[in-house]
Amino acid sequence: MDLDFSEAEIQRYARHILLAEVGGTGQSKLRAARVLIAGAGGLGSPLLLYLAAAGVGTIGLVDDDAVELSNLQRQVAHGTGDLGRPKVDSAAAAARRINPLVEVRPVRARIGPGNVLDLIRDYDIICDGTDNFDTRFLLSDACVLAGKTLVSAAVLRFEGQLGVFRPHAGGPCYRCLHPAPPPPGLVPSCGEAGVLGAVTGVMGTLQATEVLKEIMGIGETLAGRLLIWDALAMRMRTIALPRDPECPSCGAHGYRDLSHHAEPAPVCAG
Amino acid sequence: MARGRSAANMAAMDTTTVLAIGVNGEERAFDGPLSVAGLLERLGLDARKVAVERNKAIVRRAHYAETWLEPGDAVEIVHFIGGG
Repeated sequence: MDLDFSEAEIQRYARHILLAEVGGTGQSKLRAARVLIAGAGGLGSPLLLYLAAAGVGTIGLVDDDAVELSNLQRQVAHGTGDLGRPKVDSAAAAARRINPLVEVRPVRARIGPGNVLDLIRDYDIICDGTDNFDTRFLLSDACVLAGKTLVSAAVLRFEGQLGVFRPHAGGPCYRCLHPAPPPPGLVPSCGEAGVLGAVTGVMGTLQATEVLKEIMGIGETLAGRLLIWDALAMRMRTIALPRDPECPSCGAHGYRDLSHHAEPAPVCAG
Repeated sequence: MARGRSAANMAAMDTTTVLAIGVNGEERAFDGPLSVAGLLERLGLDARKVAVERNKAIVRRAHYAETWLEPGDAVEIVHFIGGG
């Protein structure tokens, strides 16, 4: 492990290095880590900014949208001057402003069954902050196939959920909870039902926290549990989430490829 | 979320069995017997929009109607949300 830090790094990460659970060893793990963020929106914005600030060495960012005015109530990596710009570019610029020491790799692409395995290949941890169920199930199945840890957050209205899925190391996958997507049109998107901007900020930041814990191997993992937050009631609870031995994805007779996924259809902006 | 009548009210009515269970960490009382499908109906929830856990095990949707709840069961209802 490379524990050689520059003076600027030692100063920048001083409050991390002070923590007994982090120290130079943890900070070095962060620098060596490679994390992919799917979705540069309400969850991806705080997630990217906190991972970059924390010194996660290589951060990939995938999204195919451009910044719209209706994004700015919650997507804090973009500014008014970024309207019309690819989200991955404006978010990458924001992350580099905070920390030029980390490598941010913007990829303007729509995630589909044809590119997902290539997109995740170079990364250790994959973060789902996407805005639709097709992509969520695809990312989960791809992570199970490739043996990658998936840190998945979701929001709607005043509610947030967070899970860490790593069946390759024990514990459930996303499909152990939800075996299949809901029928199209039944569960609204944030664009249809709304979302409180600050809720995406909290959930993206909790997602960043779990990513940092996973990288450093500290604390109690969320894997095997699901965190649910109701902002209106201001109640947070974690429920046990067991692995399903008959899961269609990570079970003994789970998918061997991604052929059950359709190519993505164009979607409305998140 | 629908409101279940309290256990005290139920006893006063002297009707069917009262089923006391935990729903999302809260103690609730319902007229029994009650299946998972019946519970979702009482709560006004569409079964296709939720996942249900009973005593820390996921209940398959196909089994909602035949899964009967027992006193003291802990039920967790997880809404299907996918926004980012």
